[in-house]
Amino acid sequence: MKAYEKIVEKLIIVCAIVSTISVVLITVFIFREGLPILMNYGVIDFIFGTNWSPTNGNYGILPLIAGTLAVTLGALIIGVPMGIASAIILSEILPRKVARVFKSAIELLAGIPSVVYGFFGLVVLVPAIRTFILPLAQLVVPKATTTGFSIFAGAIILAIMILPTIVSISENSIKAVPREFREASLALGANKMETIVLVIIPAAKSGIVASIILGMGRAIGETMAVILITGNMPKIPGGPLDSVATLTGTIAMEMGYADATHQQALFAVGIILFVIIMLLNAIAQISAHGLRGNN
Amino acid sequence: MKKILIIGLTLALALGTLTACGTKTDPASTGMTGKVVVAGSTSVQPLSEELASAFMAINPDVSIEIQGGGSGVGIKAAQDKIADFGSSSRELKAEEKATVSNEYVIAKDGIAVVVDPTNTVTDLTLDQIKQIFTGKITNWKEVGGADATIVVVSREEGSGTRGAFIEITKVSEKDAAGTAVDNTTKDSLVQPSTGAVKQTVASTPNTIGYISIGALDDTVKAIKVEGIDATEADVLSGDYKISRPFLYLSNTELTPAAQAFLDFILSAEGQAIVAKDFIPVK
Repeated sequence: MKAYEKIVEKLIIVCAIVSTISVVLITVFIFREGLPILMNYGVIDFIFGTNWSPTNGNYGILPLIAGTLAVTLGALIIGVPMGIASAIILSEILPRKVARVFKSAIELLAGIPSVVYGFFGLVVLVPAIRTFILPLAQLVVPKATTTGFSIFAGAIILAIMILPTIVSISENSIKAVPREFREASLALGANKMETIVLVIIPAAKSGIVASIILGMGRAIGETMAVILITGNMPKIPGGPLDSVATLTGTIAMEMGYADATHQQALFAVGIILFVIIMLLNAIAQISAHGLRGNN
Repeated sequence: MKKILIIGLTLALALGTLTACGTKTDPASTGMTGKVVVAGSTSVQPLSEELASAFMAINPDVSIEIQGGGSGVGIKAAQDKIADFGSSSRELKAEEKATVSNEYVIAKDGIAVVVDPTNTVTDLTLDQIKQIFTGKITNWKEVGGADATIVVVSREEGSGTRGAFIEITKVSEKDAAGTAVDNTTKDSLVQPSTGAVKQTVASTPNTIGYISIGALDDTVKAIKVEGIDATEADVLSGDYKISRPFLYLSNTELTPAAQAFLDFILSAEGQAIVAKDFIPVK
Protein backbone atom coordinates (compact mmCIF):
# COMPACT_ATOMS: atom_id res chain seq x y z
CA MET A 1 0.00 0.00 0.00
CA LYS A 2 1.24 3.45 -0.90
CA ALA A 3 1.99 5.96 1.85
CA TYR A 4 -0.63 8.26 0.32
CA GLU A 5 -3.35 5.64 0.73
CA LYS A 6 -2.35 5.04 4.33
CA ILE A 7 -2.64 8.71 5.12
CA VAL A 8 -6.08 8.87 3.53
CA GLU A 9 -7.13 5.80 5.48
CA LYS A 10 -6.03 7.41 8.75
CA LEU A 11 -7.85 10.60 7.83
CA ILE A 12 -11.05 8.68 7.22
CA ILE A 13 -10.73 6.95 10.57
CA VAL A 14 -10.22 10.31 12.25
CA CYS A 15 -13.37 11.65 10.57
CA ALA A 16 -15.39 8.67 11.77
CA ILE A 17 -14.09 9.07 15.31
CA VAL A 18 -14.80 12.81 15.34
CA SER A 19 -18.39 12.34 14.26
CA THR A 20 -18.95 9.60 16.83
CA ILE A 21 -17.35 11.65 19.58
CA SER A 22 -19.50 14.66 18.74
CA VAL A 23 -22.66 12.59 19.19
CA VAL A 24 -21.39 11.43 22.57
CA LEU A 25 -20.29 14.93 23.58
CA ILE A 26 -23.59 16.53 22.65
CA THR A 27 -25.52 13.86 24.52
CA VAL A 28 -23.34 14.18 27.62
CA PHE A 29 -23.57 17.96 27.51
CA ILE A 30 -27.34 18.11 27.18
CA PHE A 31 -27.82 15.64 30.00
CA ARG A 32 -25.25 17.30 32.25
CA GLU A 33 -26.91 20.70 31.84
CA GLY A 34 -30.48 19.50 32.04
CA LEU A 35 -30.45 16.69 34.57
CA PRO A 36 -29.98 18.80 37.74
CA ILE A 37 -33.26 20.63 37.24
CA LEU A 38 -35.09 17.43 36.30
CA MET A 39 -33.92 15.98 39.61
CA ASN A 40 -34.67 19.09 41.69
CA TYR A 41 -37.98 19.94 40.11
CA GLY A 42 -39.09 16.31 39.81
CA VAL A 43 -39.36 14.45 36.51
CA ILE A 44 -43.11 13.88 36.91
CA ASP A 45 -43.79 17.54 37.76
CA PHE A 46 -41.63 18.60 34.83
CA ILE A 47 -43.25 16.36 32.23
CA PHE A 48 -46.84 16.48 33.48
CA GLY A 49 -46.90 20.02 34.87
CA THR A 50 -49.34 22.20 32.91
CA ASN A 51 -47.84 25.60 33.74
CA TRP A 52 -44.82 26.79 31.77
CA SER A 53 -43.79 30.19 33.14
CA PRO A 54 -40.06 30.14 33.83
CA THR A 55 -39.98 33.69 35.19
CA ASN A 56 -42.21 32.51 38.02
CA GLY A 57 -40.26 29.29 38.52
CA ASN A 58 -42.89 27.01 36.99
CA TYR A 59 -41.44 24.51 34.57
CA GLY A 60 -44.30 22.21 33.53
CA ILE A 61 -43.79 21.21 29.90
CA LEU A 62 -46.99 19.24 29.22
CA PRO A 63 -48.39 22.14 27.12
CA LEU A 64 -45.20 22.11 25.03
CA ILE A 65 -45.31 18.33 24.56
CA ALA A 66 -48.99 18.58 23.62
CA GLY A 67 -48.16 21.36 21.16
CA THR A 68 -45.38 19.40 19.49
CA LEU A 69 -47.45 16.22 19.25
CA ALA A 70 -50.52 18.06 17.94
CA VAL A 71 -48.60 19.84 15.19
CA THR A 72 -46.69 16.68 14.25
CA LEU A 73 -49.81 14.51 14.17
CA GLY A 74 -51.54 17.11 12.02
CA ALA A 75 -48.60 17.18 9.64
CA LEU A 76 -48.67 13.39 9.34
CA ILE A 77 -52.43 13.28 8.73
CA ILE A 78 -52.01 15.70 5.85
CA GLY A 79 -48.55 14.74 4.63
CA VAL A 80 -48.55 10.93 4.70
CA PRO A 81 -51.44 10.22 2.31
CA MET A 82 -50.18 12.95 -0.01
CA GLY A 83 -46.63 11.66 0.13
CA ILE A 84 -47.47 8.01 -0.47
CA ALA A 85 -49.88 8.88 -3.26
CA SER A 86 -47.19 10.99 -4.90
CA ALA A 87 -44.67 8.17 -4.58
CA ILE A 88 -47.06 5.71 -6.23
CA ILE A 89 -47.97 7.98 -9.08
CA LEU A 90 -44.31 8.82 -9.71
CA SER A 91 -43.09 5.26 -9.75
CA GLU A 92 -46.06 3.29 -11.11
CA ILE A 93 -48.37 5.44 -13.14
CA LEU A 94 -46.68 8.38 -14.84
CA PRO A 95 -44.37 7.86 -17.82
CA ARG A 96 -40.78 8.10 -16.68
CA LYS A 97 -40.02 11.43 -18.39
CA VAL A 98 -43.01 13.19 -16.88
CA ALA A 99 -42.31 11.61 -13.51
CA ARG A 100 -38.79 13.02 -13.55
CA VAL A 101 -40.13 16.58 -13.80
CA PHE A 102 -42.52 16.05 -10.90
CA LYS A 103 -39.89 14.35 -8.83
CA SER A 104 -37.33 17.10 -9.17
CA ALA A 105 -40.00 19.63 -8.27
CA ILE A 106 -40.84 17.73 -5.09
CA GLU A 107 -37.18 17.33 -4.22
CA LEU A 108 -36.74 21.05 -4.65
CA LEU A 109 -39.04 21.48 -1.64
CA ALA A 110 -36.29 19.98 0.51
CA GLY A 111 -33.94 22.77 -0.48
CA ILE A 112 -36.13 25.65 0.67
CA PRO A 113 -34.91 27.03 4.02
CA SER A 114 -37.39 26.49 6.83
CA VAL A 115 -37.59 30.18 7.68
CA VAL A 116 -38.96 30.75 4.18
CA TYR A 117 -41.66 28.16 4.80
CA GLY A 118 -42.43 29.94 8.04
CA PHE A 119 -42.61 33.31 6.40
CA PHE A 120 -44.87 31.94 3.67
CA GLY A 121 -47.09 30.48 6.38
CA LEU A 122 -47.13 33.77 8.27
CA VAL A 123 -48.02 35.91 5.29
CA VAL A 124 -50.33 33.56 3.37
CA LEU A 125 -51.61 30.74 5.55
CA VAL A 126 -52.26 32.51 8.85
CA PRO A 127 -54.51 35.22 7.35
CA ALA A 128 -56.15 32.61 5.07
CA ILE A 129 -57.11 30.50 8.07
CA ARG A 130 -58.55 33.56 9.78
CA THR A 131 -60.62 34.63 6.78
CA PHE A 132 -61.60 31.34 5.10
CA ILE A 133 -61.28 28.46 7.56
CA LEU A 134 -62.70 30.25 10.60
CA PRO A 135 -66.16 30.90 9.04
CA LEU A 136 -66.28 27.20 8.08
CA ALA A 137 -65.36 26.20 11.62
CA GLN A 138 -68.02 28.53 12.97
CA LEU A 139 -70.67 26.59 11.05
CA VAL A 140 -69.86 23.64 13.31
CA VAL A 141 -68.83 25.44 16.50
CA PRO A 142 -70.45 28.89 16.46
CA LYS A 143 -68.25 30.27 19.23
CA ALA A 144 -64.95 29.32 17.54
CA THR A 145 -62.33 32.06 17.30
CA THR A 146 -58.81 31.99 15.97
CA THR A 147 -56.07 34.44 15.13
CA GLY A 148 -54.83 32.08 12.43
CA PHE A 149 -51.72 31.28 14.47
CA SER A 150 -52.66 27.67 15.02
CA ILE A 151 -51.94 23.97 15.01
CA PHE A 152 -53.62 23.81 11.62
CA ALA A 153 -51.25 26.36 10.08
CA GLY A 154 -48.25 24.54 11.54
CA ALA A 155 -49.54 21.17 10.35
CA ILE A 156 -50.00 22.33 6.76
CA ILE A 157 -46.54 23.88 6.54
CA LEU A 158 -44.88 20.89 8.18
CA ALA A 159 -46.77 18.52 5.89
CA ILE A 160 -45.25 20.30 2.89
CA MET A 161 -41.83 20.24 4.53
CA ILE A 162 -41.88 16.47 5.15
CA LEU A 163 -43.18 15.62 1.66
CA PRO A 164 -39.74 15.29 0.03
CA THR A 165 -38.62 12.83 2.71
CA ILE A 166 -41.72 10.68 2.45
CA VAL A 167 -41.92 10.79 -1.35
CA SER A 168 -38.30 10.00 -2.14
CA ILE A 169 -37.85 7.17 0.37
CA SER A 170 -41.23 5.60 -0.41
CA GLU A 171 -40.61 5.90 -4.12
CA ASN A 172 -37.25 4.18 -3.80
CA SER A 173 -38.72 1.30 -1.86
CA ILE A 174 -41.60 0.95 -4.33
CA LYS A 175 -39.11 0.91 -7.19
CA ALA A 176 -37.14 -1.76 -5.36
CA VAL A 177 -40.09 -4.18 -5.52
CA PRO A 178 -38.99 -6.87 -8.06
CA ARG A 179 -40.56 -6.71 -11.52
CA GLU A 180 -41.68 -10.30 -11.16
CA PHE A 181 -44.18 -9.30 -8.45
CA ARG A 182 -45.95 -6.95 -10.84
CA GLU A 183 -45.81 -9.39 -13.71
CA ALA A 184 -47.11 -12.27 -11.62
CA SER A 185 -49.95 -10.15 -10.26
CA LEU A 186 -50.98 -8.91 -13.71
CA ALA A 187 -50.68 -12.46 -15.11
CA LEU A 188 -53.12 -13.68 -12.47
CA GLY A 189 -55.68 -11.24 -13.83
CA ALA A 190 -55.34 -8.41 -11.29
CA ASN A 191 -55.69 -4.94 -12.77
CA LYS A 192 -53.20 -2.14 -12.16
CA MET A 193 -55.09 -0.74 -9.17
CA GLU A 194 -55.24 -4.12 -7.47
CA THR A 195 -51.60 -4.74 -8.20
CA ILE A 196 -50.56 -1.47 -6.58
CA VAL A 197 -52.76 -1.77 -3.50
CA LEU A 198 -52.50 -5.48 -2.82
CA VAL A 199 -49.03 -6.38 -4.09
CA ILE A 200 -46.67 -3.44 -4.44
CA ILE A 201 -47.54 -1.41 -1.33
CA PRO A 202 -47.40 -4.43 0.99
CA ALA A 203 -44.07 -5.43 -0.55
CA ALA A 204 -42.67 -1.92 -0.04
CA LYS A 205 -44.17 -1.25 3.35
CA SER A 206 -40.99 -1.36 5.41
CA GLY A 207 -39.55 1.45 3.32
CA ILE A 208 -42.81 3.39 3.48
CA VAL A 209 -42.96 3.08 7.26
CA ALA A 210 -39.34 4.20 7.49
CA SER A 211 -40.15 7.25 5.36
CA ILE A 212 -43.06 8.16 7.64
CA ILE A 213 -40.91 7.88 10.76
CA LEU A 214 -38.16 10.00 9.22
CA GLY A 215 -40.73 12.58 8.18
CA MET A 216 -42.11 12.56 11.70
CA GLY A 217 -38.62 13.15 13.08
CA ARG A 218 -38.24 16.16 10.83
CA ALA A 219 -41.64 17.50 11.87
CA ILE A 220 -40.85 17.18 15.57
CA GLY A 221 -37.46 18.81 15.19
CA GLU A 222 -38.58 21.70 12.99
CA THR A 223 -38.20 25.00 14.80
CA MET A 224 -38.08 28.17 12.76
CA ALA A 225 -41.20 27.70 10.64
CA VAL A 226 -43.17 26.64 13.68
CA ILE A 227 -42.14 29.67 15.78
CA LEU A 228 -43.49 31.97 13.10
CA ILE A 229 -46.91 30.40 12.66
CA THR A 230 -48.14 28.53 15.73
CA GLY A 231 -48.45 31.54 18.05
CA ASN A 232 -46.18 30.11 20.76
CA MET A 233 -48.87 30.00 23.42
CA PRO A 234 -47.83 27.51 26.11
CA LYS A 235 -51.30 26.19 26.77
CA ILE A 236 -52.82 22.77 26.16
CA PRO A 237 -54.84 23.16 22.93
CA GLY A 238 -58.55 22.40 22.71
CA GLY A 239 -58.83 22.20 18.93
CA PRO A 240 -56.90 22.46 15.67
CA LEU A 241 -57.43 26.23 15.42
CA ASP A 242 -55.84 26.94 18.82
CA SER A 243 -52.36 28.38 19.21
CA VAL A 244 -49.66 26.19 20.69
CA ALA A 245 -46.01 26.37 21.67
CA THR A 246 -43.68 23.54 20.74
CA LEU A 247 -40.66 22.07 22.53
CA THR A 248 -38.17 23.20 19.89
CA GLY A 249 -39.75 26.62 19.43
CA THR A 250 -39.64 27.34 23.14
CA ILE A 251 -35.96 26.42 23.37
CA ALA A 252 -35.07 28.63 20.42
CA MET A 253 -37.10 31.62 21.59
CA GLU A 254 -36.13 31.66 25.23
CA MET A 255 -32.47 30.58 25.15
CA GLY A 256 -31.22 34.08 24.37
CA TYR A 257 -32.30 35.76 27.57
CA ALA A 258 -32.65 32.81 29.92
CA ASP A 259 -31.04 33.05 33.35
CA ALA A 260 -29.31 30.08 34.97
CA THR A 261 -32.24 27.91 36.08
CA HIS A 262 -34.35 28.82 33.08
CA GLN A 263 -31.48 27.78 30.83
CA GLN A 264 -31.16 24.44 32.62
CA ALA A 265 -34.89 23.95 32.16
CA LEU A 266 -34.48 24.54 28.43
CA PHE A 267 -31.75 21.91 28.34
CA ALA A 268 -34.11 19.59 30.19
CA VAL A 269 -36.65 20.25 27.44
CA GLY A 270 -33.86 19.19 25.09
CA ILE A 271 -33.51 15.92 27.02
CA ILE A 272 -37.23 15.23 26.60
CA LEU A 273 -36.98 15.93 22.86
CA PHE A 274 -33.95 13.68 22.68
CA VAL A 275 -35.82 10.85 24.40
CA ILE A 276 -38.86 11.29 22.13
CA ILE A 277 -36.68 11.12 19.01
CA MET A 278 -34.80 8.06 20.34
CA LEU A 279 -38.09 6.28 21.06
CA LEU A 280 -39.32 7.08 17.57
CA ASN A 281 -36.16 5.72 16.01
CA ALA A 282 -36.42 2.56 18.07
CA ILE A 283 -40.04 2.10 17.04
CA ALA A 284 -39.08 2.69 13.42
CA GLN A 285 -36.37 0.07 13.51
CA ILE A 286 -38.47 -2.48 15.33
CA SER A 287 -41.46 -2.01 13.04
CA ALA A 288 -39.35 -2.04 9.90
CA HIS A 289 -37.79 -5.26 11.14
CA GLY A 290 -41.12 -6.82 12.04
CA LEU A 291 -42.69 -5.88 8.75
CA ARG A 292 -39.79 -7.29 6.82
CA GLY A 293 -40.08 -10.55 8.76
CA ASN A 294 -43.73 -10.91 7.74
CA ASN A 295 -43.05 -10.78 4.03
CA MET B 1 -1.91 15.20 -6.29
CA LYS B 2 -3.76 18.30 -7.37
CA LYS B 3 -6.44 17.58 -4.78
CA ILE B 4 -3.91 17.41 -1.97
CA LEU B 5 -2.52 20.71 -3.12
CA ILE B 6 -5.98 22.24 -3.02
CA ILE B 7 -6.66 20.85 0.44
CA GLY B 8 -3.29 22.10 1.62
CA LEU B 9 -3.88 25.56 0.27
CA THR B 10 -7.36 25.70 1.82
CA LEU B 11 -5.91 24.72 5.20
CA ALA B 12 -3.19 27.33 4.87
CA LEU B 13 -5.79 29.95 4.09
CA ALA B 14 -7.94 28.89 7.03
CA LEU B 15 -4.97 29.02 9.39
CA GLY B 16 -4.02 32.36 7.91
CA THR B 17 -7.36 33.88 8.86
CA LEU B 18 -7.09 32.38 12.35
CA THR B 19 -3.69 33.93 13.00
CA ALA B 20 -4.95 37.22 11.64
CA CYS B 21 -7.42 37.29 14.53
CA GLY B 22 -4.57 37.31 17.01
CA THR B 23 -2.61 40.21 15.60
CA LYS B 24 -3.11 43.63 17.14
CA THR B 25 -3.85 46.72 15.15
CA ASP B 26 -1.38 49.58 15.11
CA PRO B 27 -0.75 51.62 18.26
CA ALA B 28 -3.34 54.20 19.13
CA SER B 29 -3.34 57.67 17.76
CA THR B 30 -4.87 58.94 21.02
CA GLY B 31 -2.45 57.11 23.27
CA MET B 32 -5.18 56.20 25.76
CA THR B 33 -4.68 52.78 27.33
CA GLY B 34 -6.50 50.70 29.90
CA LYS B 35 -9.43 48.40 30.44
CA VAL B 36 -13.03 49.23 31.22
CA VAL B 37 -15.48 46.64 32.51
CA VAL B 38 -19.23 47.21 32.17
CA ALA B 39 -21.53 44.64 33.78
CA GLY B 40 -25.27 44.40 34.20
CA SER B 41 -28.52 44.79 32.32
CA THR B 42 -29.07 42.61 29.27
CA SER B 43 -31.28 45.35 27.79
CA VAL B 44 -28.44 47.85 27.94
CA GLN B 45 -25.89 45.27 26.76
CA PRO B 46 -26.43 45.58 22.97
CA LEU B 47 -26.20 49.37 23.21
CA SER B 48 -23.08 49.17 25.41
CA GLU B 49 -21.50 46.81 22.91
CA GLU B 50 -22.14 49.12 20.02
CA LEU B 51 -20.83 52.13 21.93
CA ALA B 52 -17.78 50.13 23.00
CA SER B 53 -16.88 49.03 19.51
CA ALA B 54 -17.19 52.60 18.21
CA PHE B 55 -15.06 53.82 21.11
CA MET B 56 -12.43 51.14 20.59
CA ALA B 57 -12.21 52.01 16.91
CA ILE B 58 -10.95 55.46 17.99
CA ASN B 59 -8.95 54.20 20.98
CA PRO B 60 -7.55 50.81 19.95
CA ASP B 61 -5.48 50.42 23.13
CA VAL B 62 -8.45 50.62 25.45
CA SER B 63 -10.27 47.35 25.84
CA ILE B 64 -13.87 47.46 26.97
CA GLU B 65 -15.47 44.36 28.33
CA ILE B 66 -19.26 44.17 28.36
CA GLN B 67 -20.85 41.58 30.64
CA GLY B 68 -24.50 40.67 31.08
CA GLY B 69 -26.26 39.33 34.14
CA GLY B 70 -29.20 41.68 34.55
CA SER B 71 -29.82 45.03 36.22
CA GLY B 72 -29.52 43.44 39.67
CA VAL B 73 -26.05 42.25 38.83
CA GLY B 74 -25.18 45.70 37.46
CA ILE B 75 -26.21 47.47 40.65
CA LYS B 76 -24.32 44.96 42.77
CA ALA B 77 -21.24 45.29 40.54
CA ALA B 78 -21.24 49.05 41.10
CA GLN B 79 -21.82 48.73 44.87
CA ASP B 80 -19.01 46.21 45.27
CA LYS B 81 -16.73 48.07 42.82
CA ILE B 82 -16.28 44.89 40.77
CA ALA B 83 -16.79 46.73 37.48
CA ASP B 84 -16.01 50.26 36.33
CA PHE B 85 -19.66 50.68 35.44
CA GLY B 86 -22.67 48.69 36.52
CA SER B 87 -25.55 49.06 34.09
CA SER B 88 -29.24 49.10 34.90
CA SER B 89 -32.31 49.37 32.71
CA ARG B 90 -34.55 50.54 35.53
CA GLU B 91 -34.62 53.41 38.04
CA LEU B 92 -32.81 52.67 41.28
CA LYS B 93 -34.91 52.19 44.37
CA ALA B 94 -34.34 54.63 47.22
CA GLU B 95 -32.31 52.16 49.27
CA GLU B 96 -30.17 51.32 46.24
CA LYS B 97 -29.54 54.99 45.48
CA ALA B 98 -27.90 55.39 48.88
CA THR B 99 -25.30 52.74 48.09
CA VAL B 100 -24.20 54.01 44.68
CA SER B 101 -22.39 57.35 44.49
CA ASN B 102 -22.66 58.18 40.78
CA GLU B 103 -25.55 57.65 38.42
CA TYR B 104 -25.27 58.51 34.72
CA VAL B 105 -28.30 58.37 32.43
CA ILE B 106 -26.89 57.32 29.05
CA ALA B 107 -30.18 56.78 27.19
CA LYS B 108 -33.90 56.40 27.64
CA ASP B 109 -36.20 53.78 26.29
CA GLY B 110 -39.96 54.02 25.96
CA ILE B 111 -42.28 51.10 25.38
CA ALA B 112 -45.27 51.83 23.19
CA VAL B 113 -48.52 49.92 23.54
CA VAL B 114 -49.66 49.14 20.01
CA VAL B 115 -52.87 47.91 18.39
CA ASP B 116 -53.74 47.13 14.81
CA PRO B 117 -54.46 50.29 12.79
CA THR B 118 -58.18 49.58 12.38
CA ASN B 119 -58.80 49.54 16.13
CA THR B 120 -60.95 52.46 17.34
CA VAL B 121 -59.51 52.57 20.86
CA THR B 122 -57.04 55.45 21.21
CA ASP B 123 -56.42 55.87 24.92
CA LEU B 124 -55.90 53.45 27.80
CA THR B 125 -54.98 53.93 31.43
CA LEU B 126 -52.12 52.03 33.02
CA ASP B 127 -54.67 50.06 35.01
CA GLN B 128 -56.64 49.09 31.89
CA ILE B 129 -53.40 47.95 30.26
CA LYS B 130 -52.65 45.85 33.32
CA GLN B 131 -56.14 44.31 33.27
CA ILE B 132 -55.83 43.50 29.56
CA PHE B 133 -52.42 41.90 29.87
CA THR B 134 -53.39 39.87 32.93
CA GLY B 135 -56.52 38.61 31.15
CA LYS B 136 -59.09 40.39 33.36
CA ILE B 137 -60.40 42.51 30.49
CA THR B 138 -60.95 40.28 27.46
CA ASN B 139 -63.22 42.31 25.19
CA TRP B 140 -62.48 45.61 23.46
CA LYS B 141 -65.95 46.93 24.33
CA GLU B 142 -64.94 47.04 28.01
CA VAL B 143 -62.43 49.78 27.16
CA GLY B 144 -64.58 51.65 24.66
CA GLY B 145 -63.89 49.70 21.50
CA ALA B 146 -65.83 47.32 19.28
CA ASP B 147 -67.35 44.07 20.55
CA ALA B 148 -64.41 41.77 19.83
CA THR B 149 -62.15 39.50 21.84
CA ILE B 150 -58.82 41.06 22.72
CA VAL B 151 -55.83 39.13 21.44
CA VAL B 152 -52.83 39.82 23.64
CA VAL B 153 -49.40 39.59 21.99
CA SER B 154 -46.51 39.33 24.38
CA ARG B 155 -42.77 38.82 24.23
CA GLU B 156 -41.06 35.59 25.25
CA GLU B 157 -40.15 34.70 28.83
CA GLY B 158 -36.93 36.37 29.88
CA SER B 159 -37.12 39.21 27.34
CA GLY B 160 -35.86 42.53 28.72
CA THR B 161 -38.71 44.46 27.08
CA ARG B 162 -41.22 42.10 28.64
CA GLY B 163 -39.49 42.47 32.00
CA ALA B 164 -39.63 46.27 31.86
CA PHE B 165 -43.19 46.35 30.53
CA ILE B 166 -44.68 44.06 33.16
CA GLU B 167 -42.84 45.88 35.92
CA ILE B 168 -43.98 49.36 34.90
CA THR B 169 -47.58 48.35 34.19
CA LYS B 170 -47.73 46.20 37.36
CA VAL B 171 -48.61 43.10 35.33
CA SER B 172 -45.92 41.60 37.50
CA GLU B 173 -46.69 41.88 41.19
CA LYS B 174 -44.97 40.75 44.34
CA ASP B 175 -46.58 37.81 46.07
CA ALA B 176 -46.75 37.30 49.84
CA ALA B 177 -43.15 36.06 49.90
CA GLY B 178 -41.93 39.21 48.11
CA THR B 179 -40.95 37.57 44.83
CA ALA B 180 -42.20 39.20 41.66
CA VAL B 181 -44.75 37.09 39.80
CA ASP B 182 -45.36 37.61 36.09
CA ASN B 183 -49.15 37.52 35.65
CA THR B 184 -49.23 37.85 31.87
CA THR B 185 -52.27 35.93 30.64
CA LYS B 186 -51.66 32.41 29.36
CA ASP B 187 -53.94 33.24 26.43
CA SER B 188 -51.37 35.49 24.82
CA LEU B 189 -49.61 34.89 21.55
CA VAL B 190 -45.86 34.99 22.12
CA GLN B 191 -43.49 36.48 19.57
CA PRO B 192 -39.72 36.34 19.97
CA SER B 193 -38.75 39.82 18.75
CA THR B 194 -39.91 43.41 18.47
CA GLY B 195 -40.28 42.95 14.72
CA ALA B 196 -42.38 39.83 15.11
CA VAL B 197 -44.70 41.54 17.62
CA LYS B 198 -45.10 44.49 15.27
CA GLN B 199 -45.80 42.24 12.29
CA THR B 200 -48.34 40.18 14.25
CA VAL B 201 -50.16 43.22 15.62
CA ALA B 202 -50.16 44.93 12.21
CA SER B 203 -51.68 41.95 10.42
CA THR B 204 -54.02 40.45 13.02
CA PRO B 205 -57.29 42.17 13.95
CA ASN B 206 -58.03 42.95 17.62
CA THR B 207 -54.48 42.47 18.83
CA ILE B 208 -52.59 44.49 21.41
CA GLY B 209 -48.85 44.29 21.98
CA TYR B 210 -45.89 46.33 23.14
CA ILE B 211 -42.72 47.40 21.34
CA SER B 212 -39.84 49.80 21.87
CA ILE B 213 -40.73 53.35 20.83
CA GLY B 214 -37.77 53.37 18.45
CA ALA B 215 -39.44 50.63 16.42
CA LEU B 216 -42.78 52.42 15.90
CA ASP B 217 -44.03 53.01 12.36
CA ASP B 218 -47.37 53.38 10.52
CA THR B 219 -48.06 49.65 10.30
CA VAL B 220 -49.31 49.72 13.89
CA LYS B 221 -51.15 52.29 15.99
CA ALA B 222 -49.61 53.44 19.25
CA ILE B 223 -52.11 53.97 22.07
CA LYS B 224 -52.04 57.00 24.35
CA VAL B 225 -51.23 55.95 27.89
CA GLU B 226 -53.01 58.04 30.53
CA GLY B 227 -53.72 60.54 27.74
CA ILE B 228 -50.08 60.98 26.72
CA ASP B 229 -48.77 60.05 23.26
CA ALA B 230 -45.84 57.68 23.02
CA THR B 231 -43.31 60.16 21.68
CA GLU B 232 -39.63 60.64 22.41
CA ALA B 233 -40.28 64.09 23.86
CA ASP B 234 -42.84 62.77 26.31
CA VAL B 235 -40.52 59.96 27.37
CA LEU B 236 -37.71 62.47 28.00
CA SER B 237 -39.97 64.71 30.06
CA GLY B 238 -41.24 61.72 32.01
CA ASP B 239 -44.89 62.34 31.10
CA TYR B 240 -45.18 59.11 29.18
CA LYS B 241 -45.32 56.50 31.90
CA ILE B 242 -44.06 53.32 30.24
CA SER B 243 -40.43 54.30 29.96
CA ARG B 244 -37.18 53.50 31.62
CA PRO B 245 -33.73 55.01 31.81
CA PHE B 246 -30.56 53.18 30.86
CA LEU B 247 -28.14 53.89 33.69
CA TYR B 248 -24.41 53.51 34.17
CA LEU B 249 -23.56 53.33 37.87
CA SER B 250 -20.28 53.68 39.65
CA ASN B 251 -19.13 53.90 43.21
CA THR B 252 -15.53 54.96 42.74
CA GLU B 253 -13.51 57.61 41.01
CA LEU B 254 -13.48 56.78 37.31
CA THR B 255 -10.23 55.66 35.72
CA PRO B 256 -9.10 57.89 32.81
CA ALA B 257 -10.23 55.23 30.34
CA ALA B 258 -13.65 54.86 31.99
CA GLN B 259 -14.07 58.65 32.07
CA ALA B 260 -13.14 58.83 28.39
CA PHE B 261 -15.68 56.12 27.56
CA LEU B 262 -18.41 57.94 29.49
CA ASP B 263 -17.52 61.25 27.79
CA PHE B 264 -17.71 59.49 24.45
CA ILE B 265 -21.17 58.04 25.25
CA LEU B 266 -22.51 61.48 26.19
CA SER B 267 -20.87 63.18 23.20
CA ALA B 268 -22.81 63.92 20.03
CA GLU B 269 -21.17 60.94 18.37
CA GLY B 270 -22.12 58.55 21.17
CA GLN B 271 -25.66 59.85 21.40
CA ALA B 272 -26.03 59.38 17.64
CA ILE B 273 -25.40 55.67 18.24
CA VAL B 274 -27.95 55.74 21.06
CA ALA B 275 -30.49 57.34 18.74
CA LYS B 276 -30.42 54.36 16.38
CA ASP B 277 -32.56 52.26 18.71
CA PHE B 278 -33.23 54.34 21.79
CA ILE B 279 -33.84 57.90 22.89
CA PRO B 280 -30.75 60.11 23.34
CA VAL B 281 -30.51 62.15 26.52
CA LYS B 282 -28.45 65.03 25.15
